[in-house]
Amino acid sequence: MEYKGVWILAEQDGGRVQRISYELLTRGRELAEKRDTDLTAMIFGHDINADDLQELIDCGADRVVATEAPELAHFLVEPYSACMLKIIEEYRPEIIIAGATSTGRTLMPYVAIKANAGLTADCTVLDIEEETGNLLQTRPAIGGNILATIKTPSHRPQMATVRPRSTKPAVKQPGRSGEIIRLEAPAELLSSRVRRVDFEASAESHSLQDADTVVVVGRGIKKGENIPLMQELADALDAALGASRDVIDRGWMSYPHQIGLSGKTVTPKFYLGAGVSGSIQHLAGMQTAETIVAINTDPDAQIFNVADFGIVGDLFEVVPALTEKIRQVKGNG
Amino acid sequence: MRIIVPIKQVPETNAVRMDEETGTMIREGVEAIINPLDLYAIEIAIRLREEHGGEIVVVSMGPPKAAIALREAVAMGCDSAVLISDRAFAGADTWATSYVLASAVKRIGGYDLIICGERATDGDTGQVGPGIASFLDLPVASYIGRVDRVDEKTCRVHRLVETGYEVLDVDLPAVLTVVKEVADPRLPTLRGKQKARKMDIPTWTSGDLEVEPDKLGLNGSPTRVVRIHKPTVARKCEKLVAGDDEAIVAAVDRMVEFLREKQVL
Ligand SMILES: Cc1cc2nc3c(=O)[nH]c(=O)nc-3n(C[C@H](O)[C@H](O)[C@H](O)COP(=O)(O)OP(=O)(O)OC[C@H]3O[C@@H](n4cnc5c(N)ncnc54)[C@H](O)[C@@H]3O)c2cc1C
Ligand SMILES: Nc1ncnc2c1ncn2[C@@H]1O[C@H](COP(=O)(O)O)[C@@H](O)[C@H]1O
Repeated sequence: MEYKGVWILAEQDGGRVQRISYELLTRGRELAEKRDTDLTAMIFGHDINADDLQELIDCGADRVVATEAPELAHFLVEPYSACMLKIIEEYRPEIIIAGATSTGRTLMPYVAIKANAGLTADCTVLDIEEETGNLLQTRPAIGGNILATIKTPSHRPQMATVRPRSTKPAVKQPGRSGEIIRLEAPAELLSSRVRRVDFEASAESHSLQDADTVVVVGRGIKKGENIPLMQELADALDAALGASRDVIDRGWMSYPHQIGLSGKTVTPKFYLGAGVSGSIQHLAGMQTAETIVAINTDPDAQIFNVADFGIVGDLFEVVPALTEKIRQVKGNG
Repeated sequence: MRIIVPIKQVPETNAVRMDEETGTMIREGVEAIINPLDLYAIEIAIRLREEHGGEIVVVSMGPPKAAIALREAVAMGCDSAVLISDRAFAGADTWATSYVLASAVKRIGGYDLIICGERATDGDTGQVGPGIASFLDLPVASYIGRVDRVDEKTCRVHRLVETGYEVLDVDLPAVLTVVKEVADPRLPTLRGKQKARKMDIPTWTSGDLEVEPDKLGLNGSPTRVVRIHKPTVARKCEKLVAGDDEAIVAAVDRMVEFLREKQVL
């Protein structure tokens, strides 16, 4: 049987379909059109919300294949990969794309090995090569210093993970219809040597990687006691708060806030950094942000090289004034 | 307890320069270091050995000079090292790299844990850790920020995900990939350095491993790099100097206007 069709891996949390799924529909739809084929969303979970599954159709999927079992409620690499391999065997997708999330970046390599498939990590651009129909996968490498375009000439499926927020989520289109297939996962695929015993939710209201707007604290903040200054700006902007490594290493903020090479990669619509110099390692984690703004006393700070707008000034003067002004504007808005 | 730590030698990120014409990396004169994210894997392995006894084997697939990275790991406190090196491995993507490393791990044998870095700073994929696990049919727990405890049969770990930490019990043997938070790497000791200098590091080639020749290197790699280019960043920074009170007000006003243009406000 030949390999056919574009597939995305939709993700759910507590039975609700997550934003990344709609971003992947945007990507998948484009590829399916170019390839003149169908788009299917696969999803694993337990008691997945039926309206959400329908919304995947409304937003561009021609078909949804939902595999369910209590054991699939949360991501576990063994049952998830066993179920995904079964889908590959049965449906033979030509292309599978997933989010470069903690789930996608663990599940996809585990599956790609066993499926003898090519896999490209953390892509920001996907396209179809006209002559061959091959998937062209473009991704930043070496800390974003280069872009590499990669293809999988002969192995199928062609697999890729896609950087979250690197494209807009698909919106509902009127009059779409499609098939929803709900399968019960076969018991023999569900054993796991990893058990999830607890979950500690982060105290933050916004997850750094899901936020549209990110405010970032650099060492220019001088001490941990000054962090509230930046938190207030973040709150005024309804933004998530992140930090450079130097801020983390000094114990002023906890590690999950770190952005960069040895921290998280973020692609928000809007990044504002204050007292951040813009080292190559920091840039690696944020330079694909849509708009970048910086506040720094040093007019030659590296960060201004990647910024769209900058204020050369003392953050202890500029940030409170900015927070105040934003509150004012919002109050009147 | 026996722990295997796969480490990669990578070019120093700060020193990476690009040949603008060919769009390739200039590797000459660039210092090669242990993938900085692998230092966390080495450190947590050493701490687990300090607590539970046993030994740590570091393994690297790469050119002969990757032995330098292995000696550094020994200088930090790892017990022994194996270099996996063969021209046949050249051009391997993550599939073919995982394949060879998994075969090497099999040959080393007797392990309880395999601990990898989250990703290598050059390839930047993070696929090799889960790849090794898949080839060996082992469970894998990625993005580990804390190892709470390890006993004969299981380990309990904290896995950093987008919305918090998952607390997982993982049956051994298993593969972990760790993030910076897991442990603060120590510096090599003088005694460690002396030991590392004198240590014999065996080199295993394809002939020493149970591998099929057509699965090695470029030939065994499903993916191909077809083009490398420099990203075009067309950002022009509008820079305002906020020197005195008046300028601060002006700059802040303009910033708010900019935020509105960008629909942040
Ligand atoms: C292997 C490796 C991995 C790394 N990973 C990361 C990573 O993931 N993330 C990361 O961020 N870094 C990382 N780094 C560290 C990185 O090299 C830099 O050291 C770090 O990013 C610098 O943080 P910073 O900009 O906050 O501090 P600095 O570089 O010290 O910059 C502080 C800036 O604040 C400005 N400033 C000072 N006072 C004021 C004021 N009152 N008002 C306004 N501006 C002011 C200064 O002009 C300066 O530009 C890594 C390094 C290595 C070697
Ligand atoms: N050539 C290699 N030799 C040994 N270990 C490697 C090699 N490549 C990758 N690794 C390990 O796999 C992790 C992830 O690498 P990567 O998938 O290339 O980003 C690294 O942090 C290392 O622990």
